[in-house]
Amino acid sequence: MIRQFGWNEFELLVLAARWTIVLALFAFVGGGIGGLIVALLRTGDSRVARTAMVAFIRVFQGTPLLMQLFLAYFGMAIFGFNVNPLTAAVIALTAHASAYLGEIWRGCIEAVPRGQTEAATVLGLHYVARMRHVVLPQAARIAVPPTVGFLVQLLKETSLTSIIGFVELTRQGQIITSVTFRPFLVYGIVAAVYFILCWPLSLAARGMERGMARATQR
Amino acid sequence: MYTFHFAPVFAHFGRLLQGAAITMELSCGAMLLGLVISVICAAARTSHIVPLRWAVAGYVELIRNTPFLVQIFFIYFGLPAVGISFNPNPAALLALTVNVGAYGTEIIRAGIESIHWGQVEAGIALGLKRVQIFRYIVLKPALRTVYPALTSQFIFLMLTSSVVSVIAANDLAAAGNDVNSDTFASFETYVVVTAMYLVMSTVLSGFFSAIQRMAFRYPLGR
Repeated sequence: MIRQFGWNEFELLVLAARWTIVLALFAFVGGGIGGLIVALLRTGDSRVARTAMVAFIRVFQGTPLLMQLFLAYFGMAIFGFNVNPLTAAVIALTAHASAYLGEIWRGCIEAVPRGQTEAATVLGLHYVARMRHVVLPQAARIAVPPTVGFLVQLLKETSLTSIIGFVELTRQGQIITSVTFRPFLVYGIVAAVYFILCWPLSLAARGMERGMARATQR
Repeated sequence: MYTFHFAPVFAHFGRLLQGAAITMELSCGAMLLGLVISVICAAARTSHIVPLRWAVAGYVELIRNTPFLVQIFFIYFGLPAVGISFNPNPAALLALTVNVGAYGTEIIRAGIESIHWGQVEAGIALGLKRVQIFRYIVLKPALRTVYPALTSQFIFLMLTSSVVSVIAANDLAAAGNDVNSDTFASFETYVVVTAMYLVMSTVLSGFFSAIQRMAFRYPLGR
């Protein structure tokens, strides 16, 4: 039986966006912690750790997220865990976000003039204090616009988790399409919901970038 | 303890290679067509006709703020509902082109904006035609500026193209899905496929930076 597309279906779609947001937040928090570790190791003194982080970033930036999701999904079964789309999605997105944020933040840390680190060292600050009180606060300021930009990418990329069967916005769209046979309308609405989530963030990121470009021009 | 079975996957390696060839074809085709769109749209954004500027801005923002997966679903499943239908591979090419065209527009536009007005004024003073000014003073140096961004966009496009496997286009990821359902060695299959993507992106990245070193050396001669 073909169901009509009505308010119920519309509500289901909009409510499914909650899972898109939850997933993006999980991945963003996980990726934020992972990314900070990656960025610190990548700019640190240990050569082994630096090389390992370069490899980590290369692998995750050089392979499709879809494959990373498949590997997390099928890999969980192999290593004896219960296969659960949400867990697989969070694992893959976290690792993915760690690599991207790690690379973005590495650039921000390196953009802080060396003299700052040297001055802090001369003042007797050890690594943790130097990073926490001198380098990272300065790096954080320039890190905000590209980080917000990456959050947009992450929000969009959560749509791929529908392929391993996690029910978020895109998957809900597929489900509703299969009972209402209104793909044009349903995918149009799905796209609109993503747009409403992403566009303000994009605008904010761009605005901050412009502000910063103007500030550095002076 | 799980034992890995890579042998059955490698028995189908030929199919994976064919898929990789399709992935490269789709990516190169979409990049070339997308570049045409990008240049036209970037030029349109500097136009005096306001609705044209708005249309381009709308296209760019719409594509950049929605997932590629939804775009391809819209093109492959949504458009037939209004009487426009495609086979999987053309739909994949169209979706990739439309997608990369939007990102390319922003990259090219940033390149154009990096050109200083004084140079354009110098061109006018020298009596160059509008087309000549756009081509030699705006576009060419802009391309030199945008080359790194465009090439990394291309690699990103190649990776994104794996998503077209969901509409049964026959790219590398789809070949992986086929091999997976024939061998039941899911993890092993996707390890091999992922490694193939990694090789492709690494080779491309090395190739592009070699070209960059050769073509865009600094100081810029001539």
